[in-house]
Amino acid sequence: MTVPLLAINQLAKMFQLEGYQVHAVRGVTVDLWQGECLAIVGESGSGKSTVANMILGVYPPTSGQISFKGQPLGAHRTKSQRRAIQLVQQNPFSSINPSRRIGATLKLPLDVHDIGTKGARMTRVEELLGEVGLPADYATRAPLTLSGGQCQRVAIARALASQPEMIVLDEPTSALDVLVQARVLILLNELRRKRNLTYVFITHDLAVVRNMADRVAVLKDGQLVELKSTHEIFDNPEHDYTRRLISASPVITEEERIMRNRLREGLAMEAVE
Amino acid sequence: MKRAVRIIFATPLSVIGVILIGLVVGSAILADFITPFPSHRGTVVDFDNFNQPPDWTNIMGTDLVGRDLFTRIIYAYRISLILGIVVLLLAVPLGVTVGLMAGYLGPRVRFVLMRTTEVFLSIPPLVLAMSIMGVLEPTLINGMMAVTVMWWPWYSRLVHNLTLAEREEGYVLAAEVIGASRFHIMFVEILPNCFPAILTKMTLDLGFVILIASSLSFLGLGVQPPTPDLGSMVAEGARYLPDSWWLTVFPGLAILVAVFGFNLLGDAMREVLGTHQ
Repeated sequence: MTVPLLAINQLAKMFQLEGYQVHAVRGVTVDLWQGECLAIVGESGSGKSTVANMILGVYPPTSGQISFKGQPLGAHRTKSQRRAIQLVQQNPFSSINPSRRIGATLKLPLDVHDIGTKGARMTRVEELLGEVGLPADYATRAPLTLSGGQCQRVAIARALASQPEMIVLDEPTSALDVLVQARVLILLNELRRKRNLTYVFITHDLAVVRNMADRVAVLKDGQLVELKSTHEIFDNPEHDYTRRLISASPVITEEERIMRNRLREGLAMEAVE
Repeated sequence: MKRAVRIIFATPLSVIGVILIGLVVGSAILADFITPFPSHRGTVVDFDNFNQPPDWTNIMGTDLVGRDLFTRIIYAYRISLILGIVVLLLAVPLGVTVGLMAGYLGPRVRFVLMRTTEVFLSIPPLVLAMSIMGVLEPTLINGMMAVTVMWWPWYSRLVHNLTLAEREEGYVLAAEVIGASRFHIMFVEILPNCFPAILTKMTLDLGFVILIASSLSFLGLGVQPPTPDLGSMVAEGARYLPDSWWLTVFPGLAILVAVFGFNLLGDAMREVLGTHQ
C-alpha cells in the first residue's frame, strides 16, 4: 500500500483577534503524492497562506492533522521533519537577510542540519549556486547587489540546501517581472524533475497554474471548494467560485504567451541536452 | 569604509563634529605629551601660582591650589571618555540582549522584560543615579555602575522596537523554517540589521554619558579629587564667579565641545545610515 507524501486531514485554524474569532481554515483535506505539483489558488484571505504555514510548522493547526510519510507532524518538529519541507517566499528581497553574505545565507541550512563536513560546506554552497544558475563567486556578494530574480534563485538554492522532499512555493514569482518569472518557473520545473521534488504552489496567477501544476485546489473562505487535475479544472470548472476565478483571469494574455514560449524553449533545450 | 567617509563629509557640521571629537580624543590619548604639566593631574600644590588668570604659561589659568587648568581639563577628558566607553560597553550589550529577547521570544517574555525596562525609564535618570550613588561610595567604578544602570533600558527599548519590525521580515521566517536556533535568529540574523541604529545611538550617547557623569560629579557624587573631572571642576569654580571666571568657563566649554562634537557626528550618522527612530 502506498502512503501519500503529505496527508492533510480535516485541517482547521482559528485565530483569536481581540475578542472575536476568525476561522482562517476550516476542514481542508488533501493528499499530496511524491513528485506532484499541487497548486493552491484562491483570493487574498482565502486561507492559502495559513495552510502553507501549517504545512511548514510555523504554527500548529487548531484541529486536524498533517502527516508526513505516514508520521503525524506534532507541534514541535524534529530536525529531520523540518529538513524535509522547505519554503520559497514571495518577496525575494525580504527573504534574504540584507546584512549577511549570500554564502552565509546558503550555509545556514547545511550548518543547522549538519550536512557534509565543515570544510566541504563552502564547496557545497558553490554547487548550490550552480544548480540555480548563478556563478560560484556570488557566495561572497551582498544581497543588495543582486536583482529580484537572482535573489529568488538564492532563495531556491537555500530551500534545496537541506535536500528536502517537498517545497512550499508561496507566490514565488509574483514579485518578479514576466521574463524573469518564466526563467524561474523553468528552473523550478527542472529541479522538480531532477530531484523528484513535491511542490505546493501557492498562487493567484492562473497562468502560472496552467503551466506548472498537476492538480489544483481551490480555497474559498478557508474551505476547499474544488480539487481536480489542472486539465479538468480549466475545461470543466464545477464550482461557481472556480468559474468566476477562471473567468476573472485573462484568458491568454500577451504575458502568458511570452511565458509559454519561454517555457517551451526551456523544455526544448532540456530535451536537446 | 566608504560609509565612514560618507558620514564624515555628510554636511559641513559633521566635518566640524569630527574635528571636535578628533581634538578631544586625540588630546586625551596624547595627554602625557601635549600637556605642559602632566604631574598636575594629581595632588600637586603650588601656592605661589594659585588662582591665576590665563597667561602664556597657563593658557587656561590655574586652579585654587596652583595647578594648570589646561592640563587638568585634558586629563579630565581622558577619564570622561573612559567612563563613557565603559558605560556603553556594559549598557549596550545588556540592553540589546534584553531588547532582542523582548522583541522575539513572544508576548510573555516581552511583558516581563519591557515592563521592567519601563520601570527604569520612568525614574528620572539623574534621580536614579543620585540614589544609587547615595547608597554606594562615590568612586569612579560606582559612578560607572550607576550610569550603566540608568542607560541600558534605552537600548532595550530601541532594539525591542527594531526587532518587532525585523521579525516580520522574510529572512526570519526562512531561518525558522530551516530550523535555526532562537539564539542564531536573534544574534546572527536580526542583530546585524539593528547595528546602524545602535551605532548611531551610541555615538550620540557618548556625549550624553559624559554630560550625566559630569552632572553627578558636579553634585559631588562622581569622581573624587584629586582625579581631574570636568563636573567637579565646574562645581569648585562656581563659588568664585565672576572674579575667577576661568575656573568654570574652561571646564564648562570643555564639556560643551565634547557633547556638541558627538552630537554632530551622531546626526550625520543618522542622516547617512537612515536610522531615524
